[in-house]
Amino acid sequence: MRNHSSTISKGIDWSLIWIYLALVVIGLSAIFAATYQEGDPFLQTFLAFKTDYSKQFYFFLIAVVVGFFILLTDSKFYPATANFWYVVGLLFLLLVFPFHSRIKGTESIIRIGAFNFQPAEFCKLFVALALAKYLSRPETNFNLPRAQLLAAFIVLLPAVLAILQSETGLALVYFAFFMVMYREGLPAVIPAIAFSLALLIIASILIPPNVLALLLTGVALFLIWSSRRQSRRRRQLFTSIILIWAIAVGIQRFAVPLIFEKVLQRHQVERIYNLFGKDNPYDPMQTVLSESDAKKKKESGSSYNVRQSKIAIGSGGFFGKGLLSATQTRYDFVPEQRTDFIFCTVGEGFGFAGSMLLLGLYLALLLKMITIAERQRSVFSRVYAYGVFSVFFFHVIINVAMTIGLAPVIGIPLPFISYGGTSLLTFTMLLFVLIRLDADRQMVLR
Amino acid sequence: MAAYNQSRSNIIRLAVIISFSVIVLQLIYLQLVDRRYKQLAMDNAVYAKVVYPERGIIYDRKGRAILNNTIIYDLMVTPAEVKGMDTLDFCRLMNIDTADFRKRIIEAIVKNTRVRPSVFKPMLSQELQARFEENSWKFPGFNLVERPLRIYPFNAAAHILGYVREADKRDIERSQNFYRQGDYIGKTGLEAFYEPVLMGQRGVQYMIKDNKNRIVGPYENGEYDTAAIAGRSLYTHIDIELQQLAEKLMSNKVGGLVAIDPRTGGILSMVSGPNYNPNDLSGSEGSKNFSRMQLDVSGPMLNRAIAGKYEPGSTFKPLGALIALNEKVITPSYGYPCGGRYTQCGHGKPECTHAGGGHAANVRLAIANSCNAYFAHIYRLTVDNPRYKNVYDGYLHWKQYMNAFGLGVRLGVDLPSESAGGIADTSIYNRENAGRWTSCTNLTLGIGQDKMQTTPLQMANAMCIIANKGYYYTPHFVERLENEQEQDTTFLNRYKIRHDVLTYIPTAAFNDVIEGMSDVVKVGTARGAQIEGIEVCAKTGTAENYTVLDGRRIKLPDNSMFVCFAPKENPKIAIAVFVQNAGFGATWAAPIARMMMEKYLNDSLSTRSKADSARIEAANLMPAYFKRLQYREDSIRAFKWFQTTRDSTYIERYTKVKTAATSYSQAVALTRKGSVGTERSLPSAPTKPAFADRRPVLAAIIPERSLFFKKESIQ
Repeated sequence: MRNHSSTISKGIDWSLIWIYLALVVIGLSAIFAATYQEGDPFLQTFLAFKTDYSKQFYFFLIAVVVGFFILLTDSKFYPATANFWYVVGLLFLLLVFPFHSRIKGTESIIRIGAFNFQPAEFCKLFVALALAKYLSRPETNFNLPRAQLLAAFIVLLPAVLAILQSETGLALVYFAFFMVMYREGLPAVIPAIAFSLALLIIASILIPPNVLALLLTGVALFLIWSSRRQSRRRRQLFTSIILIWAIAVGIQRFAVPLIFEKVLQRHQVERIYNLFGKDNPYDPMQTVLSESDAKKKKESGSSYNVRQSKIAIGSGGFFGKGLLSATQTRYDFVPEQRTDFIFCTVGEGFGFAGSMLLLGLYLALLLKMITIAERQRSVFSRVYAYGVFSVFFFHVIINVAMTIGLAPVIGIPLPFISYGGTSLLTFTMLLFVLIRLDADRQMVLR
Repeated sequence: MAAYNQSRSNIIRLAVIISFSVIVLQLIYLQLVDRRYKQLAMDNAVYAKVVYPERGIIYDRKGRAILNNTIIYDLMVTPAEVKGMDTLDFCRLMNIDTADFRKRIIEAIVKNTRVRPSVFKPMLSQELQARFEENSWKFPGFNLVERPLRIYPFNAAAHILGYVREADKRDIERSQNFYRQGDYIGKTGLEAFYEPVLMGQRGVQYMIKDNKNRIVGPYENGEYDTAAIAGRSLYTHIDIELQQLAEKLMSNKVGGLVAIDPRTGGILSMVSGPNYNPNDLSGSEGSKNFSRMQLDVSGPMLNRAIAGKYEPGSTFKPLGALIALNEKVITPSYGYPCGGRYTQCGHGKPECTHAGGGHAANVRLAIANSCNAYFAHIYRLTVDNPRYKNVYDGYLHWKQYMNAFGLGVRLGVDLPSESAGGIADTSIYNRENAGRWTSCTNLTLGIGQDKMQTTPLQMANAMCIIANKGYYYTPHFVERLENEQEQDTTFLNRYKIRHDVLTYIPTAAFNDVIEGMSDVVKVGTARGAQIEGIEVCAKTGTAENYTVLDGRRIKLPDNSMFVCFAPKENPKIAIAVFVQNAGFGATWAAPIARMMMEKYLNDSLSTRSKADSARIEAANLMPAYFKRLQYREDSIRAFKWFQTTRDSTYIERYTKVKTAATSYSQAVALTRKGSVGTERSLPSAPTKPAFADRRPVLAAIIPERSLFFKKESIQ
């Protein structure tokens, strides 16, 4: 017995656990600040499981228990059951369709008694495990396009299901796993193409379509003109330039409007356009609305959230207003602030100093995760570690950037800080499985 | 496989650091560089609630509050909180039906959303307020909110006190944005003149509000609040009982009355007719009454006591006598052989009511008998005085006397919009007479006519000068301020300075004139102004006047005027009464002044006066032509309304055709039928076809465009 317990704590990286606890404490106090009403009987509501901060505290206790059990498990358990969990996760995602409950337009939640349960959130863990399992198979040669495609399939299948549940935000998280694949040898040209594509889409939002088409044509002609002297492989070069030009113009003139009009929902398109300070040109109402109506609509829409969020964070100053004196966050000016916009509470209450502390913790966590990943002997652990890193990285960057007006409003939580049991539990499990695997880093897992 | 990709971990590290740097930069910008967000957050969450101080109170000379503050309650509703209450019970309590209840709730929601309170019923009566307070626990979402209101416990002195209204755009601009939308500001009267004193100092309370603009509580425990400082009160010379009596006597009359204490210049009473009850402009009906009064052609809002311009007529004569005596063009025993008219200018005018019998054998007799010829003559003697180069020079000297008597200049009373009256300059006579005129040209100035316009206040003040034998204090209402400060005292000192304007006139001359005025009451035209045991000095005046109405010159009843002071020794009150279109000065103005003096000096009315006061109070002397004027103004307005809005509801009343005129041409056709209303009791001119081409309807309704008062008067 004694022998056993010594092996549990052996190799555990305590720095991760300290960071984890610090983040959870910040999160609890932020939720407390955002939801506490003056005159609430503190203890009574706390015990009665009535307020958000008390609920979150109980979630935290559950998460700690779960984390502890994960530390007790055997590392071999994870590669062995990874595929099984992946299938279970997919089943849960499918289960949502008959059993979902409609809450605020999301159809991704399963209700069991008093608990709401969001499989799309949970699935991140299973995808990370499954991807690790697939890439660590000895027979997988990730240099082959076939393996790359299969890995992409593993990652994107839950994303497609999440999109079908109108959980675009959660679906986007799965794209973070491409960072793992990049680390594992995905050709660098793929991120380069993705990056160019993103630039092209942003450009087509900012620049009127015809002007952009002319610009692209101009660039293409200039490239052809400047490379006219090149005798070798001249034809090949010309062909590829023309091909790229055709694709770019095609995307910009036809694909982007098609996606914005037909694929994405109106509020999503609006959020993207609002991010760049523009009105949604695909909104059929836009032309009907008078100027003042349009302005009103804009203020009530997602840009209102971002505006209020920026005001809250901006008014925090250097040291902040103090947790309970934060006027913007305490009096509900920022919508959704205990969940997706929780960073406002920190920004207003603790100011620049507090924001830096929180971001510092996250930065330390993320860099530590990369270090941990690189010190693994087994591919499974490394891939899993990068998976966890990617998910955290995506969540933190997108969530914070969204509250300060740098990213479109995508409803994803801030790890360990945002209110929500499923998310807290998921991130805790992601982290503790990593800690468990890292404790056995000398072992080669298959 | 893994080894050669290891370098990529550094690229990923770099990506992490770059992403965090971008976020940190944006946070530096938001939280440290851009200070805008602090202000925006304040605007968002902190509401600066203006706390209005109580306006100052105005007291009369005996310390009675004649203008006070009260609190009235508005019933407010917050629709979101109205839950589970007995609507029927509530409606019964508030005397409304359920449909009305629903309508008001919907209005409240439309106006201020569900979660913010809005007015359900403004200005509850005391009874309703008491009933609601007893039962308020039954009605969640309803509460009472105080609103301060000006009240006038004596229902009097509207023109003196003035009124407060919400500051309009011009007030706000003029005050350089000191006043804000929704602030109350004194618009006329003492309320306006002493606005800085009465208003006090606004306070600010900072409150925290939430995202729905609901007040949550005080901001930083009220650390930044400033307290409101109540307005300071005014203590005035007004005698409210005297004022009430004067208003009673002047009711249903057009004109002005001013009573001054010559010893201090303090105005005891000032009335302008037609009058109104000041409480009408306060309270729930205020706006309605305000617009009604503004459209009234009789001008109830106009303070005729300081802004009404009247020819003083015979009431001017004592002044003329004083000037002639001082200029030594006559002696007290100077007589004029008046044979019923003044003949020396060739046209036999002015005429005189007396003929022969030595009725103008000396100054005293001439005043007592009000001889027109005598005073026209001494006016000529004054301006043709050989001491001066010519008549122009002589006239300018005479005009200086006028200004010294306070005629043709603003006296500086503590009310806004005081009129200067009018004493013509030589330039006006030069222009009108091509530079060639003599004392015969403006001969009737000697009997208070021609280009001489005075206000009742000026004539009352002139009486003060005679009573004081040469000096006066600027007429004023306010004696002192509550908690007077240095600059207030400096300001009010202007009313404590004795103006020795005419003390160089020998006392003997004053005595002669005063004796003449005393005779006016004893044996002359104003015997009706005698008071048992008090020697009254007075002068009556009667002025004919005309107006042009609907293109015709019509004669109106005479203006009845009376000036006086009493008692003869150590005078305590000087009065000027002007009643338009009433008749002889002795019939109306004189008894009014007598009762005022009785009331002030004896503190009660004699039995004779009580009977008289009932008679005068009951007399309606409103000029009949006002009705016609009103009709015309209203119909023009109705027409303009129709022209701009094509709404024929108002114009129908004047076309007297029941079918609605839906188009312009229809309206024209309807009015052409000749059914345009003209009141037969009043003279009206025939329709003039000259306008018919361009504006047929207008021409039909308004026969003549150019007609306001043109008044001519002959003694």
